[in-house]
Amino acid sequence: MLTSTQVFRAGLRSGVRLQSSGATAARATSSPAGSLGYSFELTDQQKEFQQLARKFAREEMIPVAAAYDKSGEYPFPIIKKAWELGLVNGHIPQEYGGMGLPIFDSCLITEELAYACTGMQTAIEANSLGQMPVILAGNEAQKKKYLGRLTEEPLMCAYCVTEPGAGSDVAGIKTRAVKTGDEYVVNGQKMWITNGGKANWYFLLARTDSDPKCPASRAFTGFIVDADTPGIQIGRKEMNMGQRCSDTRGITFEDVRIPKENVLIAEGAGFKIAMGAFDNTRPPVAAGATGLAQRALDEATNYALERKTFGRTIAEHQAVSFLLAEMAMKVELARMAYQRSAWERDQGRKNTYYASIAKAFAGDIANQVASDAVQIFGGNGFNSEYPVEKLMRDAKIYQIYEGTAQIQRLIIAREHLGKFKK
Amino acid sequence: MSGRVLVGVKRVIDYAVKIRVKPDHTGVVTDGVKHSMNPFCEIAVEEAVKLKEKKLIQEVVAVSCGPQQSQETIRTALAMGADRGIHVEVSGKDYDSLGPLQVSKILAALAKKEEAQLVILGKQAIDDDCNQTGQMTAALLDWPQGTFASEVSLEAGKVKVVREIDGGLETIKINTPAVLTADLRLNTPRYATLPNIMKAKKKKIANMKPADLGVDLTSRLEVLRVDEPPQRQAGMKVETVEDLVGKLKEAGKV
Repeated sequence: MLTSTQVFRAGLRSGVRLQSSGATAARATSSPAGSLGYSFELTDQQKEFQQLARKFAREEMIPVAAAYDKSGEYPFPIIKKAWELGLVNGHIPQEYGGMGLPIFDSCLITEELAYACTGMQTAIEANSLGQMPVILAGNEAQKKKYLGRLTEEPLMCAYCVTEPGAGSDVAGIKTRAVKTGDEYVVNGQKMWITNGGKANWYFLLARTDSDPKCPASRAFTGFIVDADTPGIQIGRKEMNMGQRCSDTRGITFEDVRIPKENVLIAEGAGFKIAMGAFDNTRPPVAAGATGLAQRALDEATNYALERKTFGRTIAEHQAVSFLLAEMAMKVELARMAYQRSAWERDQGRKNTYYASIAKAFAGDIANQVASDAVQIFGGNGFNSEYPVEKLMRDAKIYQIYEGTAQIQRLIIAREHLGKFKK
Repeated sequence: MSGRVLVGVKRVIDYAVKIRVKPDHTGVVTDGVKHSMNPFCEIAVEEAVKLKEKKLIQEVVAVSCGPQQSQETIRTALAMGADRGIHVEVSGKDYDSLGPLQVSKILAALAKKEEAQLVILGKQAIDDDCNQTGQMTAALLDWPQGTFASEVSLEAGKVKVVREIDGGLETIKINTPAVLTADLRLNTPRYATLPNIMKAKKKKIANMKPADLGVDLTSRLEVLRVDEPPQRQAGMKVETVEDLVGKLKEAGKV
């Protein structure tokens, strides 16, 4: 019992994810956070948040995840419950009814929810992305109105930037917003909008300067658009490879009128706002990918300890144990990466470099770990009765949305070389 | 009826954990193992908070006896809606031998000290399955008890308790102050919401030692040995009913 406090905290911190007990080796955690300058210790409150999210994920989300994946039905009952518990809209400041959580705490919650089902978690996360431009750039009236709506009722919002012809190349979007009197008239087509069919309002990026030579930093404007504005046509729900319960749609804007009060900051400021959101939302996305990877690792490990072949459990065969070891390496590193990127942001620093590293790495390893998990399950892994094939299908999008794996590398290279050039 | 409800919450090994017996057979492995609030204690807290929400009682006080980590269990109760906590610190050998007799003495002393109208406990803890603390506490206080409660309603100066018993349901009416123990179907415990977890940080947890309450922790029990249940043996198949009866007779079962 001498080291039970230390061991208990170590156990809690590592999650004690495997349901079996067995004394975890006592780790040296006795130094209080901060005395060595760099700490991996969670505060008691962070641990409680994490426990709440974990409990919700295990008890409410996991039991229904497979069914939602099969039907593709939007998991609104889950989202509503999560909203009631305060697990949604963590980024919204307290004066607008939100939790005002640091990005780090949001990431802890996100990882736990993603462990259960990234489809549901993405639907929740899309709220964070959609609301981030308003949090960062909205004026008091806009924040009160649109953020307040999300905290008063379980409403969704969406980030409406990507188009059929422009994803990575945001500056290439063609949706036009023309100023007419006190309004802007918007025409264009958006695609792959998460929560597109469920959102109460959108953050929309449209081109306001028709001069093709106008630089991106001045050519675009960010708007808040109510989803019931006449002229908005919501496309069909897209059938995707994974995260199937998440609602992804094309949206057409036909002469949609937006009052000038709904412009964020000013005409021409849109590009920076849209991009600035990512420094805050990439860490949680990386956390989501990590949660998926952790789930894949746990499922594969439990299976490996039960399945027998050639007279012993497959975990005792080195080929499998080495696979598991590499999966564990990747999960631990992805976690550290997203935690660092979130922490940097919470310290008030620009975290672009770390956020991109975290997102790129976590997205890549989520795919590798999920695929390895299927491999460990063997034939069973390929089958929909077992949970890992869903993980593999769900993982792919992490290399695509919120900035593709390739775009992340562009960013990292730019940031990295930029440091050297100074 | 206004007043104070004392709720006992016990920190136990989490229900989902696979229990391992220590190699020296003196107990089960607890180091590094996930612990949480006893599920029946969660139900007890939920009932108390519900009574407060209905404005039938004024204050919910969560109590736990144990080492430093018991404070986390109390915090969970605070996050669920309890108003304040009391941590009775028991650690080391005393904690190893802490059982219903000692805990009920502590709870009885606290119930008197806090002038509680009700003491609500879980019917039993999932680690020792004793199902004694509630009953002993009532006896020490000379209070009526409503155990295995699946429904509780307060009326002026009385409590109506529907109890789950072997034969079905029994409804009793007892005077307050009283001790109640919660059974599974009493309610579904709420999740602590994120805002409530944050608010719980500001709620107070008082610290005290059993000696402060004049309680002697000496145990009358000595644990001789702890073993795992025997491994389940393989069964055997028989062809006919006669064979089955014959085999049962051979094994002395019939």
